[in-house]
Amino acid sequence: MLDETTVQIVTELDIVAARQLGRNEAKAIGFNKVDQARIATAISELAKNIFLYASVGKIIIKRITKNGNSEKGIAIIAIDKGPGIKDVGKVLDYSPAANNGAGLHAVKRLVDLIEIQSEIGMGTIVRIEKWLR
Amino acid sequence: MNILKQLKAQYKKILLDYILNQNESNLYIGQNLIKQLIQKNVTPEDVIGIHKQAIEEIYEDLPESISHAYDFLIELMVHFGLKVKEHQFLLLKQEEMRIEMDIAAKIQNLLLETTIPTPELLDIGMVSIPKRKMNGDYVHFLHDDENYLGVAVTDVVGKGVPAALCMSMVKYGLDTLGYANSNPSYVLEVLNKIIEKSVDDSMFVSLFYGRYNLNNDIFTWASAGHEPALYYRAKENIFYDLESKGLLLGILPEFKYIQHDVKLEKDDFLVLMTDGVTDFRKLEEFDSRGYIKQLAVSYSRLSAQQMCEEIYKDLERLQDFNLDDDFTIVIIKK
Repeated sequence: MLDETTVQIVTELDIVAARQLGRNEAKAIGFNKVDQARIATAISELAKNIFLYASVGKIIIKRITKNGNSEKGIAIIAIDKGPGIKDVGKVLDYSPAANNGAGLHAVKRLVDLIEIQSEIGMGTIVRIEKWLR
Repeated sequence: MNILKQLKAQYKKILLDYILNQNESNLYIGQNLIKQLIQKNVTPEDVIGIHKQAIEEIYEDLPESISHAYDFLIELMVHFGLKVKEHQFLLLKQEEMRIEMDIAAKIQNLLLETTIPTPELLDIGMVSIPKRKMNGDYVHFLHDDENYLGVAVTDVVGKGVPAALCMSMVKYGLDTLGYANSNPSYVLEVLNKIIEKSVDDSMFVSLFYGRYNLNNDIFTWASAGHEPALYYRAKENIFYDLESKGLLLGILPEFKYIQHDVKLEKDDFLVLMTDGVTDFRKLEEFDSRGYIKQLAVSYSRLSAQQMCEEIYKDLERLQDFNLDDDFTIVIIKK
């Protein structure tokens, strides 16, 4: 199996394709049903953000390891060339002072790590990781 | 990890007990287990996963379709949890805004507090009730000596925070003018310039300004697009509208406002109000000014303050205790 697969997000159907691919990958890695559901939901949210706000982008699904292959996990990278996020810190902040949509910080709860790089007018890269326990 | 395994085993045991014997104590023990699970940060979808696993272990011949049904529920619960979190987040934000609004409303009330003067020869009453937290109406009295009493009744077009901010400016304009003997036309012309210069184009202010000469009982007024005041002449038992054609404040900087005079006699009174008093959106055909005249006459034996309160109660009842606008009425009785 490939270590990395990419789904282009153009139509709403592509969201379903990305979910399916992520779920298959998560299952193959050995995640249980609940974690598979979390991974698929996280992918779904990222893909929907691309579809709604950036119109075009892609989702990359990757197998990852650490500590000399003893730990396995999955990484999902969402890349778009959309309008970008103004204040990345605030997107992930739970405090009510944060003035941004709730989507990404809710995703944070489903995974072990979330990283966002964004530049206004250039686009956004979101990377999430989940490790097999 | 081991603790979680232990909790899973406990869950399975309690579930099995309940399947065999549906009694209250098993349910109670189950609820206590949930408390422990919450402390371990176990989510609702985890609980369903634990439940599914337990069922699969208890019923080895469980049809696959039931397992799929559980998987379906797990999927939905993950999404449900996500949406609940978003919802809670919005509620939290809303609560924070509510607190800020409360503080702002308190500050506004402090800034725009009206003190009703008590000149010897006049009886003055007032009621001003905001529709929302912040009042878009404001009443300002000036009474610096025993010769003159100035009164401004004003209404910002619009409600809530923007109206309140605009109103603060009107108040400071009036404070700056400072003399009760100023001519009403002069007062309006100065305020008009201040507002035209400093307030957004979409903001308009209507204002009725009156000056009462306490020595000769002459009331002089001018109006900037404001609801006409009522003057009741007791001797004739007739109301006169104190009309004055003047533009709203903040439209034309050089506009000239014209002032008029009327002389009050014993038992005469004046009713100054905002359009929140006369505008009944639910009763379009209704002659509200005529109705208010009737009310005012029927309460005219009361003190000015009691008159205002009774008229307010009456109009509030007429509109099912849900007024459309900020409500302000001032009555000055000789």
